[in-house]
Amino acid sequence: MMFNPQVIIEKLPELGSGLFVTLLLWIAGIAGGVVIGFLVATARRFGGFATNAVLGSVVEVLRGTPFLIQIFLLYYGGPFVGLMLDPIPCGLIGLTVYSAAYYSEIFRAGFAAVPVGHVEAAGCLGMTRLQTIRRIQIPEMALIVLPPAVNLSVILLKESAVLSIITVPELTATVSAIGSQQYAYLEAIFILAVVYWALVELTDRLGRAAEYRLSRLRFSKA
Amino acid sequence: MTFKLFTLLLQAAVSTIGISLVSIAIGFVIAILLSAATLSGKTIYSAPARLFVSFFRGVPLLVQLLLIYTLLPAIGLNVPSIVAAIIGLSLCTAAYQAENLRGGFSSVPKGLIEAAEVTGFNPLQIFARIQVPIALRLTLPTLVNESIMILKASSLVSVVGIIELTKMAQDLASSTYQPIPIFLSAGLVYFVICSTIALLGRYAERSMARTSA
Repeated sequence: MMFNPQVIIEKLPELGSGLFVTLLLWIAGIAGGVVIGFLVATARRFGGFATNAVLGSVVEVLRGTPFLIQIFLLYYGGPFVGLMLDPIPCGLIGLTVYSAAYYSEIFRAGFAAVPVGHVEAAGCLGMTRLQTIRRIQIPEMALIVLPPAVNLSVILLKESAVLSIITVPELTATVSAIGSQQYAYLEAIFILAVVYWALVELTDRLGRAAEYRLSRLRFSKA
Repeated sequence: MTFKLFTLLLQAAVSTIGISLVSIAIGFVIAILLSAATLSGKTIYSAPARLFVSFFRGVPLLVQLLLIYTLLPAIGLNVPSIVAAIIGLSLCTAAYQAENLRGGFSSVPKGLIEAAEVTGFNPLQIFARIQVPIALRLTLPTLVNESIMILKASSLVSVVGIIELTKMAQDLASSTYQPIPIFLSAGLVYFVICSTIALLGRYAERSMARTSA
């Protein structure tokens, strides 16, 4: 057995472009997922019974089916209903919708964790619902929401590797292509694993640092 | 989308359930060893266990599967791809389950263990009769969640050519040119299995809560 990472080092620019696509999809997926997830959670909380039931079922289905199946449905099924998507936009939409379902559950738990008395007090002080959300509910749930949100972001980074299956030119796809071209498949996959591992560890540390700062911020003002 | 196609999907779903169950069971055994090593307090045991858990939680399952799939033949082990797939899923779930179990074991109240010692339980009895039942009850919800995750993650073994639900759906979709009904049906089958696991988990939790009361 030969192990020669040199052949991969020569192809660093290609690896870099794959990494760029992965990071782009990941960050855009998180941003879109957080925004849509928050809107879904808010709509479920304040939108009445029917809205809650409909959105709740959609979230349950998205959480109860594999990401790969959702991606296949969008990528291969899309053209049959007039939705011709290139791999990258398709991957971005898939990742955003998938993450929005999970983020909405995190925010739902966050809303539930804010004491009712605080919301009622804000109402008594004459705050509108929007003001209450912005000034009371969001700040109070931030510390509760942060750890699971960081956790989910890590899961999304790893889930984005699945997009290589529908030929999105992200990290996994590029590096395994380099491996096949260079007849160094094992080296390529090994380096791929190490890059993901490093990214995940980094995100984890940043998340913990953010948590620490946020908790100090809260206690210093209390 | 005919009834015939749907029965093919259901047959493939049996492989999905089988692969997932075997992986979860193997993963559980490895997880017990890993969490014991992590909690042993001896660096020679805990350091490799931590490294293992960190690696398998930090690398996408797809990459793990590709790694195992290429690594095994490279070191001279020519196993069937189904074995490689089960090894991959088991190692991955072992890392997650080990973290859960570690949490469960460390939340067993110290007083209970001391009380058992004073009552004359030997270490094995304390482990089997005090620590395991309490830790298991504490980690049951996470074990149910993990089972659902693995069931969904098992769709990735289609990449190494195993015929399970996702691979079957993919093959049928390309041979019939009906991707929408076929992927929707496959999604439905996954959803029903996941919901059933969640339901069984809630039932087990409730009956466990009753026996402890």
